[in-house]
Amino acid sequence: MKIRFIDTWFKRATTFLGLSVVALTLLLVYTMSRNAGLAMHKFGWNFLFTSTWDPVKEIFGALPFLYGTIVTSLLALLIAVPVSLGIAVYLAELAPHYIRQPLSFLIELLAAIPSVIYGLWGIFVLAPFLRVSVQPFLTKYFGFLPLFQGQFYGVGMLTAGIILSIMIIPTISSVCREVFLVVPFTQREAAAALGATPWEVIRVAVLGYSRTGILGAVILGLGRALGETMAVTMVIGNRPEISASLFAPAYTMASVIANEFAEATSNLYLSALVEVGLVLFFVTLIINVIARLLIWKVSSKVKGQIRE
Amino acid sequence: MKKKALGLLAGLIVVGLMGSMALAAKLLLINGAGATLPYPLYSKWFYEYTKVDEGVNFNYQSIGSGGGIKQITAQTVDFGASDGALTDEQLKQAPGELFHIPLTAGAVVVTYNLPQISQRLKFSLDVVADIFLGKISRWNDPRIASDNPGVNLPNANIIVAHRSDGSGTTNIFTDYLTSVSRGWETTVGKGTSVNWPVGLGGKGNEGVAGLVKQITGTVGYVELAYAVKNNLPYADIKNKSGNFITPSIESTTAAINGKVNSMPADFRVSLVNPDGADAYPIAGVTWILVYKNQTDKIKGKKIVEFLRWAITEGQKYSADLLYAPLPKSMVNKIEAKINQINY
Repeated sequence: MKIRFIDTWFKRATTFLGLSVVALTLLLVYTMSRNAGLAMHKFGWNFLFTSTWDPVKEIFGALPFLYGTIVTSLLALLIAVPVSLGIAVYLAELAPHYIRQPLSFLIELLAAIPSVIYGLWGIFVLAPFLRVSVQPFLTKYFGFLPLFQGQFYGVGMLTAGIILSIMIIPTISSVCREVFLVVPFTQREAAAALGATPWEVIRVAVLGYSRTGILGAVILGLGRALGETMAVTMVIGNRPEISASLFAPAYTMASVIANEFAEATSNLYLSALVEVGLVLFFVTLIINVIARLLIWKVSSKVKGQIRE
Repeated sequence: MKKKALGLLAGLIVVGLMGSMALAAKLLLINGAGATLPYPLYSKWFYEYTKVDEGVNFNYQSIGSGGGIKQITAQTVDFGASDGALTDEQLKQAPGELFHIPLTAGAVVVTYNLPQISQRLKFSLDVVADIFLGKISRWNDPRIASDNPGVNLPNANIIVAHRSDGSGTTNIFTDYLTSVSRGWETTVGKGTSVNWPVGLGGKGNEGVAGLVKQITGTVGYVELAYAVKNNLPYADIKNKSGNFITPSIESTTAAINGKVNSMPADFRVSLVNPDGADAYPIAGVTWILVYKNQTDKIKGKKIVEFLRWAITEGQKYSADLLYAPLPKSMVNKIEAKINQINY
């Protein structure tokens, strides 16, 4: 009797807590949409497809911010995913025991560094290094690509992408390591028994088996990159412009909100900034949905492989 | 032993709580919020003022001018602070008549990074505007050269650095550019954030200074106080009278003097491009915003007393923190305004 009573209430309480997340998200969307109403009404869909951001004349278009956010995040993934996979494979499969623990600890420590520290390091160490050494090198050998043309400022999309990649490497690599560690040992033994080399064991038995998990880790990293504010603001050059060159300064959605919210006085200006927040929310949502679909697709493929 | 220490700790906490409760009962807390530019001076004032009047304590949040205006309009604070004057429309939105009380002035300097040049650079009225418009893009441009005879200007690109965050500093600087350049007025205009035609954005004074320090050939703008404390080089600017003026506390006070005669009754004055042979042209006042009719009798009285102290006694703390003290002629006018506050 008593147990049943506790059971029912426990179920109700956890249901309530679970649903409160949904309620919170809906409330968030509702409040932001309401506050963004003025800008939505005035600019309509043009808000997403124009690139003038002029607080004085009150003309707002968020395309450069959208572009900057997506390009820097993708650049970060491009750098971070291979590096993280390498780290994770080494830690889970190859590293001797006495190295595993300290190395994992150090990598997780990277995740604990506040983003403003990354930003400062970006301004004072990374940006000058890129300007003096890396950018001239890239222009010299790959200058025929529009990606590596233009003046060397040090700050810009490339710098922001690199800082972001360093910030998401710990996330992706530690999740991947966990995923590799739960791959059943029989999977590896089966591959080895068929005559696979160590590389083939890792490629077929471990990486193949963990595809879903790897995708999940990448999405987790991407989520962090999309929303990162402080470090990016400090190194991206904060210029609302769309440029093909990775050396050019750009702007992200999170940065413009952080930069301009405190001093925005007019109602339309504020509402435009809130709408940028709303767009950021939906971009994150869409990417998560795509990721979900990808994971479904990938995990249905895995079915043919050996399973416990 | 451990128990004893715990008991002692608990006792201390109780005594401390009682003490602070007794203090809270005696202290009147006055809340303010707004501009970040004058924050160092305000916090010094609030500290010094506790020695003048022990019964009052000021709590000031430097959340930015925009926030200050919003909060005083919503009446969630007792006073607001702003580096930019309110527009007529904003004044109408306030539930009562708002006074602008100017308390100090600050200057904005043009800083640059040209390691090979040891002299202080000089810029004419519209040269700064055309550099920030991107019309002058090389350091050896004839217009820069004609302001700086004998200086061996490099044949290099000018890289512009500006604030990316909304700020009173940007407001003063763009106010100046708007007043001296027709081109700037029509294409960009003035505000706490503007649509910059060229350049890189740095967050805060430190962000702009970081860009300028690192990239050779960069030009940017920061507060005078920030440039002096961090040993940044800064340029002389030609004023209305045709003299090149080095930014300093004195030349900023001279700028206020140059505007005293044309001062509007509500003090919503722009200090840029003032009269006066030795006035520095890129400066701005910063205001405290208070309601003419104070609802709380005691608080109103204390605020008026503090404001009176700030424009007289308080002014001696300005220079140390590199803010320009108000000239005497101005103080009298402000005092008359403060006397109009009802409580």
